Amino acid sequence: MSVVSNQPTIDLREPGGWRRSKNQIATGLMYFAFVVILVPLGLVIFEVIAKGAKAISWQFLTSSTVPPNVMPLGQGGMGAAVVGTLEITAFAALIAVPLGILGAVYINEYGGRTWLSRLISFMSDVMVGVPSIVMGLFIFTVWVIPHGLTGLSGLAGSFALACLMLPLVIRSAYEMLLLVPNHLREASYALGATKSRVTLTVVLPSAVSGIVSGSLLAIARAAGETAPLLFTVGAVESTNTNLFSGATTALPLQIFSNALSPYTGAEERAWGCALTLIVIAFILLFVARIVTARFTRYTR
Amino acid sequence: MEQPEQKIKLTLPETSTAAAAKQDGGFTGASVFDAKNVSCYYGSFRAVTDVSLTIYENEITAFIGPSGCGKTTVLRTLNRMNDLVVGAHIEGDIYYRGASLYDRSVSPTAVRRRIGMVFQKPNPFPKSIYDNVAYGPRINGIRSKGKLDEIVERSLRQAALWDEVKNRLNKSALGMSGGQQQRLCIARTLSVEPDVILMDEPCSALDPIATGKIEDLMHEIKSRYTIVIVTHNMQQATRVSDRTAFYSVLRDDKSDTRTGVLVEYGRTQQVFEDPHDARTQAYVTGRVG
Repeated sequence: MSVVSNQPTIDLREPGGWRRSKNQIATGLMYFAFVVILVPLGLVIFEVIAKGAKAISWQFLTSSTVPPNVMPLGQGGMGAAVVGTLEITAFAALIAVPLGILGAVYINEYGGRTWLSRLISFMSDVMVGVPSIVMGLFIFTVWVIPHGLTGLSGLAGSFALACLMLPLVIRSAYEMLLLVPNHLREASYALGATKSRVTLTVVLPSAVSGIVSGSLLAIARAAGETAPLLFTVGAVESTNTNLFSGATTALPLQIFSNALSPYTGAEERAWGCALTLIVIAFILLFVARIVTARFTRYTR
Repeated sequence: MEQPEQKIKLTLPETSTAAAAKQDGGFTGASVFDAKNVSCYYGSFRAVTDVSLTIYENEITAFIGPSGCGKTTVLRTLNRMNDLVVGAHIEGDIYYRGASLYDRSVSPTAVRRRIGMVFQKPNPFPKSIYDNVAYGPRINGIRSKGKLDEIVERSLRQAALWDEVKNRLNKSALGMSGGQQQRLCIARTLSVEPDVILMDEPCSALDPIATGKIEDLMHEIKSRYTIVIVTHNMQQATRVSDRTAFYSVLRDDKSDTRTGVLVEYGRTQQVFEDPHDARTQAYVTGRVG
């Protein structure tokens, strides 16, 4: 770059000294933090796959009878727990996701600054911080005990998980609705749209990808919860496909009981359950990506 | 020169909106808006004081004035857009073709179906070009594909955009240039065949060529619509408008408040060439503002 010029050359390089050092230190710290975050994440996944992979087989995933703890790995399987987890979580999502999204829509679009809207908003913030076992105890007290022997059921577990998911869904959906730019709402209002139209055709579609991923994170979180299920679903050894009656079981419960026992077979089954749960969560998030990609194809 | 007007009901449900409005006022010179001593408030803050003006049919009326003088606020009261702002309210009366706009029985939704709005920043929905234009007809209950196709094509042609986008109607509207987006927003407004179009600085984010296209477009659609435009660009006001309203800011040093006032309103030529008020004179000649 030697253009003939009689002007004095200007040094456009980054100035040296303390300012450059600060930049380098900050950059280094960020890379360090990145690695530090990656280590536990990677180790958890590595450990679960390493220990759980050998337990996984078609029989393990589908066999309807959970073997006693003393049995070695080849016997029976966790089909009952897989069915239980899928059913309980799906029904909990069916309760909590629509309610949560409606709640968020109310707070952000309709409630404004009314006391009711503030109350819901505040209570959902508080509920996010409530320990999950409290949700289990709550359902145990208000649902399981009044129903006596028939109280323990997948339904009760669903209620407990729904209580856990509801505030998570409200919070994440609310944040996403806040991000919808106001000029889109105005564009719709200016065409003579009613508030419900604006909400249904502009606000929710604009926020859908965030709402879906927020809801799925809540579902994945709930699917892995043990504490709310401890007092609500019982823990049986055979498949119970009826969500509404009779005790059932779930993967986190099986991890809990198998991991506590001293037998090798049980321990391996616990790792297998853990891996199954992670894979279920992974599939959920993968599906979410595909679904939201379809919804948001016009946003870019 | 005012013609007797028929009262129009502004209550829902009513679907054939603009068509009805046009039939009873097909003559030029009819007044569309009559504002009488209107003051606009945001909470207890009075943004605009005591505006009275009449806006006439099939004309382009420009609102000019320095920033903060309340011209956008007045514009947004004309289709009750300011209802959406918490705490905003007005005093005084605005009549739209003889009907009181702020009457308790009036539905803001019905008002906005007749009185469309184009905003300062192009704000297409994150949907396809087609769906953007079809949005208005759809919320008015038109479902037939053939009818929608027809409306989309007509609106895009009116907005001088059809030839540029006819081969990519299913592409995202956000992939268009700023000028195209703004013309799409105009097409979207035209799709519901409003009676009046309010434009809030529609060209402030556009280059001169895109601005020229939109100004040509305004001239073309003027025969069918009544247009009110807020602009910072005085050349634009002289180019496009028939009448001009000049607003200014009134400062009260004692209470340290400021409020917008309507200084002068008249034929554009008169306002720019022979202003009656010294403040207008100073502004249009570029000495102030």
